[in-house]
Amino acid sequence: MAITEMEVKEIAEKINNKELSSLEVAEAFLKRIDTVDAGINAYITVAHSQARKAAGEIDDRIASGESVGEYAGVPVGVKDVLCTEGLRTTCGSRILSGFSPVYDATVVKKIREAGLVILGKANMDEFAMGSSTENSYFGPTRNPWDPERVPGGSSGGSAALVAAGEAPWALGSDTGGSIRQPAAMCGIVGMKPTYGLVSRYGLVAFASSLDQVGPMTRNVHDCAVLLDMIAGHDPLDSTSIPGARPCYADSLNPNVRGLKVGVVRELTSTGIEPGVLREFNKAVELLAASGLECEEVSLSSFEYGLSAYYLIAPAEASSNLARFDGVRYGFRAEGEMEDIWEMYDRTRSEGFGDEVKRRIMLGTYALSAGYYDEYYAKALKVRTLIVEDFNRAWGKFDVLVSPTSPTTAFKIGEKVDDPLTMYLSDICTIPVNLAGIPAISIPCGLSGGLPVGFQIMAPPLQEEKLLSVACGLESLLGFDEKPPALI
Amino acid sequence: MSISIEDVEHVAKLAKLVLTDEEKEKFRRQLSDVLDHAKRISEMDTGETEPTSHAVPIVNVFREDERRATLSNEEAVSNAPWAVDGEFKVPRII
Amino acid sequence: MDYLTTIGLEIHVELLTNSKMFCGCPADFGGDPNTKTCPVCLGHPGSLPVMNRKAVESTIRLGLSLNCDISPRSIFHRKNYFYPDMPKNYQISQYDIPLCVGGCLDVEMEGYARKVGITRVHLEEDTGKSLHVGESGRIHGADFSLENFNRAGVPLAEIVTEPDIKSPEEARAFAQLLRSTIRYIGISDGKMEEGSLRVDANISISAGEELGTKVEIKNMNSFKALQRALAYEEERQRKVLNEGGTIVQETRHWDDAAGITHPLRSKEEAFDYRYFPEPDLLPVEPEPAWIDELRESLPELPVARAGRLKSEYGLPVEMVSAIIAEKALADFYEEALKSGGDPREIAKWIAGDLAALLNEQSVDISGSPVTPAYIGELVGLITKKTISGKMAKDLLKETFSSGKSPAKIVKEKGLLQIADEDELMSMVEKVIAENPEAVEDFKNGKEQSLKFMMGQVMKMSRGKANPQITSDLIKQKLS
Ligand SMILES: [Zn+2]
Repeated sequence: MAITEMEVKEIAEKINNKELSSLEVAEAFLKRIDTVDAGINAYITVAHSQARKAAGEIDDRIASGESVGEYAGVPVGVKDVLCTEGLRTTCGSRILSGFSPVYDATVVKKIREAGLVILGKANMDEFAMGSSTENSYFGPTRNPWDPERVPGGSSGGSAALVAAGEAPWALGSDTGGSIRQPAAMCGIVGMKPTYGLVSRYGLVAFASSLDQVGPMTRNVHDCAVLLDMIAGHDPLDSTSIPGARPCYADSLNPNVRGLKVGVVRELTSTGIEPGVLREFNKAVELLAASGLECEEVSLSSFEYGLSAYYLIAPAEASSNLARFDGVRYGFRAEGEMEDIWEMYDRTRSEGFGDEVKRRIMLGTYALSAGYYDEYYAKALKVRTLIVEDFNRAWGKFDVLVSPTSPTTAFKIGEKVDDPLTMYLSDICTIPVNLAGIPAISIPCGLSGGLPVGFQIMAPPLQEEKLLSVACGLESLLGFDEKPPALI
Repeated sequence: MSISIEDVEHVAKLAKLVLTDEEKEKFRRQLSDVLDHAKRISEMDTGETEPTSHAVPIVNVFREDERRATLSNEEAVSNAPWAVDGEFKVPRII
Repeated sequence: MDYLTTIGLEIHVELLTNSKMFCGCPADFGGDPNTKTCPVCLGHPGSLPVMNRKAVESTIRLGLSLNCDISPRSIFHRKNYFYPDMPKNYQISQYDIPLCVGGCLDVEMEGYARKVGITRVHLEEDTGKSLHVGESGRIHGADFSLENFNRAGVPLAEIVTEPDIKSPEEARAFAQLLRSTIRYIGISDGKMEEGSLRVDANISISAGEELGTKVEIKNMNSFKALQRALAYEEERQRKVLNEGGTIVQETRHWDDAAGITHPLRSKEEAFDYRYFPEPDLLPVEPEPAWIDELRESLPELPVARAGRLKSEYGLPVEMVSAIIAEKALADFYEEALKSGGDPREIAKWIAGDLAALLNEQSVDISGSPVTPAYIGELVGLITKKTISGKMAKDLLKETFSSGKSPAKIVKEKGLLQIADEDELMSMVEKVIAENPEAVEDFKNGKEQSLKFMMGQVMKMSRGKANPQITSDLIKQKLS
């Protein structure tokens, strides 16, 4: 079997017992990238030499008898929204097109310490704003299942590179569905952890109160392993949750009989593509047939989730993105400048793409004098109601489920000029971010030859339960479809 | 409810963006669409509901008053588009 | 026409912490540009703030010192505007729920006390520094600017007063008392010249009940400048109104050299700071036990100390104000009292001659070569009439320069006061014989001539004559 098709576990074992060197593994994936990525554009930056160097170091340590981590030497793709010291970090934006961070994000530090080899930086919607990875200064990423279609977004590069075998797993970030929705569209597993479980230090902020880093993998086990590597308290992030946490990989228990599953009516009624709903319902039936109690539940505030989200997230973004001004780092517009104000105007207008400008303006409007109470303050109250609805549901259910995305992967260019329609792609994933709870998307079938994602949501910090249900469903479903072009 | 060209100009100015007339009209239309949708939250009775700006139920997160390593001056200005003698150079401020 | 003046102050205090407000960079002054920075205070993408506990504690201690309530829950906001000295183009500050609210400070004035309400005390981060480079050296004529972020992120406490201050003198007295308070509790060095204490003022004048239009004044770099600027502005506004004009609400800049205020050219754009809760920080909810602990850490504050010195030792207001201004000075005073000397006399020497000497030599009280015990000794020598007041002045100078105790100097130099009546009488007789005109004047009731004759005796005795005895002897001889 080709190295690039092996399970993470198998690669790790082979490196540990010296059947394969870390460098051989890295070379195999780099070759795969060099072969297929021109057609997919999943990577913005491929770190050939840095990856080789890191892999060589792991091999040296193994050769000298040093004990390295269980997964040392396994390659990984990293969304280009995470700072990597000395490795260009662009956020898919012209304004950071030449930016070389002076520090590693905490999660990057952690995966490096675990011995993972970073192959490169994955493409994304500019500043993680988008649901299709079309909003990248470095061009759109194509879906490995159908290159005419989007991979979802904003972590579309991470999802596509895992689906295309350009890395066995990847890190993404999720503000309103940016891990789960592309995972669904590319037929892989993607998880957003509880807000605060994974450090945000070094994650370039889109909407600070919603952003979380999470794993994007081929299966639920890998997802648990990668989560184990990146989770944990970080004193550099005030919103990081202190205290001990379990080992998620060890506590995976696919036997989940008797658990109560709530099917969220508001996320399964209107606006969901029939094919998606069909595959979703089949999976729910499978759960019910396997001894889980499935029941419909109505969480009425979810109707307003999208509206609240598209006020809160842009508001925070408008402030988070103010720092990109051409003074301390990043792109600065060329030519003679009358004064600093002209420099700001031109740098930001030339440096940001349309979607980013749209959200900055939207957020600026929502926060500006005269509209704050009507928009932003009201949205924060709606957020409370969503949290309360979830809390009521947890009184009755262990987990909640819904489709991850209302549609399968759509055509490139189809929604680009209609932001509102594009925003509706996030309708099922957004309530999770507003409430800060964990959720996972696993592939549950195909509709028209394209993957459909199944979303499972759990109460805060109940990742163990979430991953166990996902693991159980994964084995029930036995989904092992691969993108046709890659068989 | 739609927003006006003046609104677009106002927020663009606050956000330090310059737009062509064509862009202004395009953004006016698109932002109006989104805001009309967002406006639906006003239907919701939020009564005495407290706002949630955070989903984390934690308070009093401090660091002790201790120094950590700083960047060297070279590192600090390494990404600067325009630096002179270790300082960031910018066009005049009026 | 009579106008009432209304003044409110906004005071920024740079807190003395080891590290900055939200990162571990050094918070001290100086250093080469951009050598005290990190990804957090440079606003690098992905970096996050974490609150400095000491800065929060300092602000709460300041609030407690100003009789404020400590908010049971307080949060940080972002204040959004673009400026190149601000790395993130927003300032982390506090908005509607500051750490401390609703306090007051009683300012002792000549013959009355002014209670000044404290609206709030909040915590925020400082900005970096822009250096405007160009031929004129000024912002308007500059060719470009250089940004140094060493100061960016240093913790700043902001104190806002109610508009309770009624005159420029009160404003100055308030600011001085506030500075004393800040230095007593050790949260800042409070140096106006270095910018660690910055005072901005709002001033309006009105003829009736309704408040006039307020004008904000900035750039006062000393207490004297604060008072001068407000006095200038008071007069300027009076003139405008008397000439039938109206006051424009604006920010004006104090030009200390010219002694005038002038309007700052306002930026064309409207300010809309779009405050919203800082999502990268969590609320501060101080537990009562923590607040109690901080309260107990406070020393006796200037206002309380002033009251005690006044009631225990009967010192006059002016003298008390001078003594309590610096904690070290007040400590020095109370240490000197242990000698058992007269409290007023000791206060007079410390606030008067010693303060002048220290000032002259630019020596801090803590480095004074004259110890509290020496002052006690000096006053003791005067009380015992061993030396005269005139001699004491010289003796203090000698003590200051040599560091020797006054008693030792007296012994070494034989500086004993002449209190022997026979010896003095012979000098008095000689002076009377040599100055018949003065004697005549004295007899005609001219008090001045007594002083003249006293002076002559002093001269003759080289300052050693006991003034009281000498004066008695002259009167006795001429009566
Ligand atoms: Zn710093």
